[in-house]
Amino acid sequence: MSSNVDVANHSYLGAPYGLKSWLFTKDHKRIAILYLISITIFFIIGAAFAAGIRAELLTPEGDLWSSDTYNKLFTMHGVIMVFFFLVPSIPATLGNFLMPIMIGAKDLAFPRINLLSWYIYIAGAIMTLAVLFSGGLDTGWTFYTPYSSISSHTAVSLAAMGVFIAGFSSILTGLNFIVTVHRMRAPGMTWFRLPLFVWSQYATSLVMVLGTPVVAITLLLVFAERTLHLGIFDPAVGGDPVLFQHLFWFYSHPAVYIMVLPGMGVISELVAAISRKAVFGYAFVAFSSLAIAILGFLVWGHHLFVSSQSIYAGMVFSVLSMLVAIPSAVKVFNWTATMYKGAVSWDSTTYWVVGFMGLFTIGGLTGLFLATMGMDIHLTDTYFVIAHFHYIMVGGTLMAYLGGLHFWWPKMTGRMFNDNLAKASAVLVFIGFNLTFFPQFVLGYLGMPRRYHAYPPEFQVLNVLSTAGATVLGIGYALPAFYLLYSLFKGAKAPANPWGATGLEWEIPSPPPTLNFEQDPVVTEPAYNYHPTREVHVG
Amino acid sequence: MSTAFHLLPPSASSISTEVDLLYLFLVAVSAFFGVLIAGLVIFFAVKYGRKHPDDVGAPIHGSLVLELTWTIIPFAIAMVMFVWGADLFFRLARPPRDSMEVFAVGKQWMWKVQHPEGVREINTLHVPINRNVRVTLGSEDVIHDFYVPAFRVKMDVVPGKLSTLWFRATKPGTYHLFCAEYCGTNHSAMIGQVIAMEPQDYETWLSGGASTASPAVAGEKLFNDFACSTCHKSDGSGRGPVLNGVPGSTVALADGSTVVADDNYLHESIVMSVAKVVRGYQPIMPVFQGQISEEQVMELIAYIKSLKAPGTAPAAK
Repeated sequence: MSSNVDVANHSYLGAPYGLKSWLFTKDHKRIAILYLISITIFFIIGAAFAAGIRAELLTPEGDLWSSDTYNKLFTMHGVIMVFFFLVPSIPATLGNFLMPIMIGAKDLAFPRINLLSWYIYIAGAIMTLAVLFSGGLDTGWTFYTPYSSISSHTAVSLAAMGVFIAGFSSILTGLNFIVTVHRMRAPGMTWFRLPLFVWSQYATSLVMVLGTPVVAITLLLVFAERTLHLGIFDPAVGGDPVLFQHLFWFYSHPAVYIMVLPGMGVISELVAAISRKAVFGYAFVAFSSLAIAILGFLVWGHHLFVSSQSIYAGMVFSVLSMLVAIPSAVKVFNWTATMYKGAVSWDSTTYWVVGFMGLFTIGGLTGLFLATMGMDIHLTDTYFVIAHFHYIMVGGTLMAYLGGLHFWWPKMTGRMFNDNLAKASAVLVFIGFNLTFFPQFVLGYLGMPRRYHAYPPEFQVLNVLSTAGATVLGIGYALPAFYLLYSLFKGAKAPANPWGATGLEWEIPSPPPTLNFEQDPVVTEPAYNYHPTREVHVG
Repeated sequence: MSTAFHLLPPSASSISTEVDLLYLFLVAVSAFFGVLIAGLVIFFAVKYGRKHPDDVGAPIHGSLVLELTWTIIPFAIAMVMFVWGADLFFRLARPPRDSMEVFAVGKQWMWKVQHPEGVREINTLHVPINRNVRVTLGSEDVIHDFYVPAFRVKMDVVPGKLSTLWFRATKPGTYHLFCAEYCGTNHSAMIGQVIAMEPQDYETWLSGGASTASPAVAGEKLFNDFACSTCHKSDGSGRGPVLNGVPGSTVALADGSTVVADDNYLHESIVMSVAKVVRGYQPIMPVFQGQISEEQVMELIAYIKSLKAPGTAPAAK
């Protein structure tokens, strides 16, 4: 290894420079950047579909698009955002980049498989995008049978295959992370010294590995149903369409935790860093991630309360859904308590954290409405559900992702961004988000069903508010693209530890060298070991 | 633009006020915790704001008492929600016995409704107020969902089986009927109206409607047309089981198990008889899947229910 010393001291962004060196890289940090670029592109595509939806809903009449076009817009919005943005978002970018560094490793356990994951993701994504040029897809992202299997005339098989393939990317990333946490920790990095972000990635990986195969098989069955007419979901030949819903939600409810657990991990790191204080109740926060991952597998039936599922099964799913809310509540309380007697900064990071806490809390609490059976009858399949899951998956996950991206941006790129613009972006996102989605809770209770191209005129005021909010939200999301890109060229050079935070990633240069650590680190203290006698090194 | 603005939809059924009450409870709990968290986060951020760039927080690592507090209290509140919601759900899931029965079939993209007296309507359902109405739902194609926000009731309509919902309208008026399960191109056009009327107005409307045979009578005709009557003879001499008194009873099957003959069992036995063969009989009945519409199945069921059970007084209809 002695001949590699120069390389080790060199930024991972440096030589070799060529495109080929990126496309064939095995460096977890470069793969994270590949993912970052890819998911940003998919976010923009997904957001464009959302803009099409919101524009249509400005007026009650279905006058901007045809019904078919509108149905394809919301379907592609969901498919792209869920499978190609949210699921890979934090794990594949921040997770890929930071997790090995946080545990003191040079890379993930299987660097080649890591690169393979990205290629599989791209293959699945291209296949899914090809749907746009083959007649689109109009099943909704949920692919419910028998509509998807016997009724829809759109490119269901192609889309199902695209998502099926992308699933393998998730599975491989999950496996890679699990093995890495088990086998690659630096000396002294015991399980209870792991940063909470690593715990959340670990819990997420378990869900990815255990859940994704189920949705993959389910979509394969839809594919087989359409091509071979097996009849598994077709009542005309003795199949059961509701079986699909069980299989689909067995993955897709845990998938919500694939999307939000990493966000919770990011917030744990950020709360500690902005407060310069250990995360309150470390073990409770760590184990609540595992509790969410496990309980998350036992609640899928709450999507089926009015599907003709047995009412006793519904009762069991309702009580289990109540239980899964508890570890989430525990996390929120612990984050809040972390700020108590902290030394709280007012950098842009704090804005993202506070925004996350607000939106995630609303998202979590409104989940209880839907877990309450008698309430869910009225609310399910209305805009209340839309509002609820956007608060969790966009208000929660996306806010955490943007917060994390800003927080670690200096580490990833070696450049500082304009903090005031970042604050402006966080404020715009927070206001725009609430203006977009809060009215949808009211719309849902008033009874407006989801996936409606046209709607009765009394729902218009709230829809106009929502569309206005989406415009603000769009500006809030677009802003970082400008100042973050600008920082790459004109931003001040980032010191190793610009925020005065703890963690192995802040002890190495920004951007990190290819092999992360010049010397193998030895860990001697717990995570978040801020104390008055410890000098804080800003810079 | 309509400037109508409400926070709650019209409340027009026996259950809607109860649902609203539960909703307000959930809103109150959410508002309390939402304000608590937001208040604490902002308060801490201001009070413990960093005074000096090198400041660090106090070395506090946790508190078991607090962890238990904020585990147990939310758990207890969540259990209240669960019990309250489950109780309401169970009552909504079980139609009262004295309900008047209406049939509704969803198909892309319309609702076809039939009243017990034989009156048919499309995308509209007239009901009397202050009377329990049970809607038996079937689908001709994909999954639909019968949703009346003003009554706070909703039920999926799944092809291949029958589902039910019930309500008791309390206020005369015209209310939205929505399809709430995405069903393809014109999903958002699969809407209609539920018109709740004073009982005498309902009777007037019924007598003025273009009435066809009642479902039971139409079912009797089908029973003969499909030649069901050649095997299912009421005197037990046919090759199929006697159907009198079967609805609601427990039926012994050829595989040794038993099944309660509810609407779904009758539905399945008509379209796919081989699925559950009655003990002592051969699986010789043709499969009617694809040969018979959902409405016809519902009419046959209405007829079978109208058959006089052995040894009892004639059924009401």
